[in-house]
Amino acid sequence: MPPLKPFSEIVRAVPPSGIRKFFDLAQGMQGVISLGVGEPDFPTPWSAREAAIHALEHGATTYTSNSGLLALREAVCTDLADRYGVRYRAEDECLITSGVSEGLDLTLRALLNPGDEVIVPEPCYVAYAPCVAFAGGTPVPVALDPAEAYRLDPVRIGAAVTERTKAVLFGSPSNPTGSAQSASDLAAMAALAVSHDLWLLSDEIYDRLTYHGTHTPASAAPGAWERTVLLGGFSKSYAMTGWRVGYVCAPEPLAQLMHRIHQYTMLCAPHMSQVAALEAMRTAQDDVEEMVADYDRRRRLFAKGLDELGLTCPEPGGAFYVFPSIRSTGMTSQEFAEGLLEQEKVAVVPGDVFGPSGDGHVRCSYATALPQLEQALERIARFIA
Amino acid sequence: MTMREILTVLESDAHASVERIATLTGLDEAAVREQIAAWEASGVIRRYKTVVDWDRFGDERVTAFVDVTVAPERGRGFDDVAERIARFREIRNVHLVSGAQDLRVEVEGASMKEVADFVAQKLSGIDRVTATDTHFLLRRYKDDGQLLTDPEPDQRLAVSP
Repeated sequence: MPPLKPFSEIVRAVPPSGIRKFFDLAQGMQGVISLGVGEPDFPTPWSAREAAIHALEHGATTYTSNSGLLALREAVCTDLADRYGVRYRAEDECLITSGVSEGLDLTLRALLNPGDEVIVPEPCYVAYAPCVAFAGGTPVPVALDPAEAYRLDPVRIGAAVTERTKAVLFGSPSNPTGSAQSASDLAAMAALAVSHDLWLLSDEIYDRLTYHGTHTPASAAPGAWERTVLLGGFSKSYAMTGWRVGYVCAPEPLAQLMHRIHQYTMLCAPHMSQVAALEAMRTAQDDVEEMVADYDRRRRLFAKGLDELGLTCPEPGGAFYVFPSIRSTGMTSQEFAEGLLEQEKVAVVPGDVFGPSGDGHVRCSYATALPQLEQALERIARFIA
Repeated sequence: MTMREILTVLESDAHASVERIATLTGLDEAAVREQIAAWEASGVIRRYKTVVDWDRFGDERVTAFVDVTVAPERGRGFDDVAERIARFREIRNVHLVSGAQDLRVEVEGASMKEVADFVAQKLSGIDRVTATDTHFLLRRYKDDGQLLTDPEPDQRLAVSP
């Protein structure tokens, strides 16, 4: 074969996701209880599925407007205002995306110039740093402290700010730690952002899955709105991961630049998925509440079980993850996760794939039926005995 | 967290121990025990029930829904007749409904003949029962809020971000 010119240096410099290896290990095994799954175990509420089937039968197979169905944008903006008191105009401050993943990519590409730094507090979702790099920026990891329940500490984060810093990118509630940021910590982050002229890029995909009161959006903090991007979606709250539909809300000038990228790349989120999302917002609120109540019961049982095994974790306030320390076993995250899978057939994700400070921890998802969680606890107990 | 959560847990698992309920709800064990006792006494908790799939066990049972037309009694409405019907062992449910008929009752028996005999000889012979319309149950799809069809397979990948 004749030689090929080299591929993108930026992309080649980003390592493949550490999750992939565990996927390959676990996928071929029989009888595995997986606590490694980052999505709900509930199916999408039937009312939304039925609406999508009906929509397909009646021709919702076309593009929508680039911004997404106006009715869906209006529903999203009304919901954000009613639920959290943050206001966005459906016409030009809200864009329907193919999940938060696309929204994040649009945000970073609209915001960054080559060499701009984005502070990424970690442990965090695996895509944050790679997406910053793909957009030409430089991710700057800052380790959060498990002893402080992974709160966004403005002192640690402020210490990483340079003149190239453009934004801070974080998720609350968090994948993988399950921590939910308090209104006061978000206010401190907003103050930091104002004083250093930074953007806050706030991934709020788990907004409905909180267990100690209502979620606080970053843009609700004083002074934050005009420098915050709110990334949200339907995947977790409404159990709609495969539909690929989310939204991004931002001040109009930035939203318009995101819109420009979106119109040339994705064009629009899938039409039938937008119909399903709208129906979910209208009719599946009881389903959401039942799912959240169910997650909450599992969370209590599982966190207590881990605690009794000496695998301690700060009490997770949101999402469906716990991120226990496994240091008491003397193993690294990778050794623990590999050993647990091979010996006891329980799949967890080693913490270091979420950032270097995640080592010594593993991510366990409790989006799994209670009997399986109980069995998993027994197997973990046997493994560390 | 409200005490209501205790009922949510018990409704899906009547077998749940006080300790388990306390773990799942985050309430204190003593508080859970006390609240359950109070509800048992006041009748909020009627009884603890096991949902048995008799078909799967191998018992053949025949069920019919019977719409019953009743001539109501002056001053008592449908109550006397409804209570009289409800006392039969063969009757599983009795509801007063709107529409062309008055009572909708569920009859259970070991065979079609047994149910048919009950309707013909007992139910339709009750004073003030003027007509019956019997529908034999052919197949259950959802019962008591529980889907009886096979659960949807879990199509999630074993590990995902």
